[in-house]
Amino acid sequence: MTDKARRAAGWRRQAHGAIVVLKKNALLYYLKPPVLIFGVLFPVFFYIAFRMGRPVPSEVVVPGMVAMALWFTASAVGPLVTPWERVAKTYERLISTPLGVPAILAGDVLSGFLFGIAISALPVALGLLLSEAAVASWPLLAGGAVLSALCFSSMGVLLAAPPVRGPSNIMLLSNLVRLPLIFVSGVFVPLLEMPPWVRWVAPVSPLTYGAAVIRSAFGQTTWLSPGLSLAVLVVYSGVLFALACMFHRMGRSRGL
Amino acid sequence: MDRVSFSVERGEVFAFLGPNGAGKTTTVRMLTGVLSPTSGTASIMGYDIRRQPLQSRAAIAVVPEESNVYMDLSVRRNVLLMAELYGVPRGRRISETDALLQRLGLADRAGQRAAALSKGLRQRLVLAAALVTGPEVLFLDEPTSGLDVHSARLIRDIVTALQRQGITVFLTTHNMEEAGELSSRIAIIRQGRLVAIDTPRRLRSAIRSSQFVEVGLGDGASGEDLSGLDGVTGLERSGELWHLLTADPGATASAVVKWADGRGLELTHICTRKPSLEEVFLHLTGEGGDR
Repeated sequence: MTDKARRAAGWRRQAHGAIVVLKKNALLYYLKPPVLIFGVLFPVFFYIAFRMGRPVPSEVVVPGMVAMALWFTASAVGPLVTPWERVAKTYERLISTPLGVPAILAGDVLSGFLFGIAISALPVALGLLLSEAAVASWPLLAGGAVLSALCFSSMGVLLAAPPVRGPSNIMLLSNLVRLPLIFVSGVFVPLLEMPPWVRWVAPVSPLTYGAAVIRSAFGQTTWLSPGLSLAVLVVYSGVLFALACMFHRMGRSRGL
Repeated sequence: MDRVSFSVERGEVFAFLGPNGAGKTTTVRMLTGVLSPTSGTASIMGYDIRRQPLQSRAAIAVVPEESNVYMDLSVRRNVLLMAELYGVPRGRRISETDALLQRLGLADRAGQRAAALSKGLRQRLVLAAALVTGPEVLFLDEPTSGLDVHSARLIRDIVTALQRQGITVFLTTHNMEEAGELSSRIAIIRQGRLVAIDTPRRLRSAIRSSQFVEVGLGDGASGEDLSGLDGVTGLERSGELWHLLTADPGATASAVVKWADGRGLELTHICTRKPSLEEVFLHLTGEGGDR
């Protein structure tokens, strides 16, 4: 076997391993209470809190709702998996298999990604059926949803990287990060209508770019161009994933 | 760990012993990729664990002391998942899983959640999940600790069978009897350093100060004079018997026979004894007193 063929076989094995990790996560974690509470109930409550008693046009609400659903659902699985498995000692088992850290974490990212895409399809469908909102560009909506879910899921996996004992600490950390970012990312109110200081803070949040693409897909004018937002989502996904891998490797070298 | 160096032959059952905190689990964690070594080298089946970690881990499977199965998955699903992670082809995965569950007495519990199993059955499940990956080297960390007699016996039988199949077994245990029964060589580690490595028989012979000749004399004759025989370094009484500490049990036994003949005493019992592995262990780890 040539070096090239050997490398290709190695990649295939790692990709296959990532799919097996995804399968395992789906079987074990999709129906865990923290995932359902922070991934499904949270966006519903936020929607109700924002909408009740306010005459907000539905075409403004629906894109924000889709972006928020993606944000919460895609980033809900990652923070649970590693801390849970550290406690159950199954993390040790996983890292002693012939899977590299990137393959294991890619499986975790894919788990959040699929969960996010599947659950977020619901607000899209409901928004289109029950409101005046209409999709102006389906390819943009699909691309925005896929890259947003990938980016938000990578963020969830990064949040789970610190080697702490107990999933509750990580859930706390993840909510400390996720909740404030909702208010500075143009989810409820478009960034163009928000105070200047929010527009200075907004670029830090990956949700800003997801919300911008989805608003554009629904035909709204946004602060950032959809092309730039998609590019930033790709960069953000890569950086968050690389940082997660780095933290896992550092933890391993310290035996954590 | 401090300059620990050893090699294990293919198909060997190698026991790694040491008191708590000596570095046994750290060694296993480094060899199995859970912990990154800060320096030094190690290779498994020819693969360097630092430069070729994926290849070296593909050759191994680990059975830890604390079972680490997925509690919410069924027994069968746990085994299939591990096989899938190691890329075992689908057909072989299913047949091997079923065969292993049968062999380990788990077939009738295949559909149960792992959480519903007792400790012994859960440890059998960990072993099944390790064996289904077809390892060339199996790491067993205290595999029978706290298990019921049947589960412990079954696991020992399987280790013996694995050796016959040419699978290398790296065993850490506190159970000296188990180490002596299963392993072809034993390494003893103390405070991160290797203090002995040899076959169980040679280790027992190596502690010369703990070898003795056990003598019983008829009619309640006193054996106090036995301490004067050549080569006898100490004399202890154990009930009706006398223990003559000696570096050369064979020569001392002959001397005892001559001594008894010369005095017209009846020897009701005589045998040479080597220290038990437990005594060797205590001696080498500095936790046993001198005899």
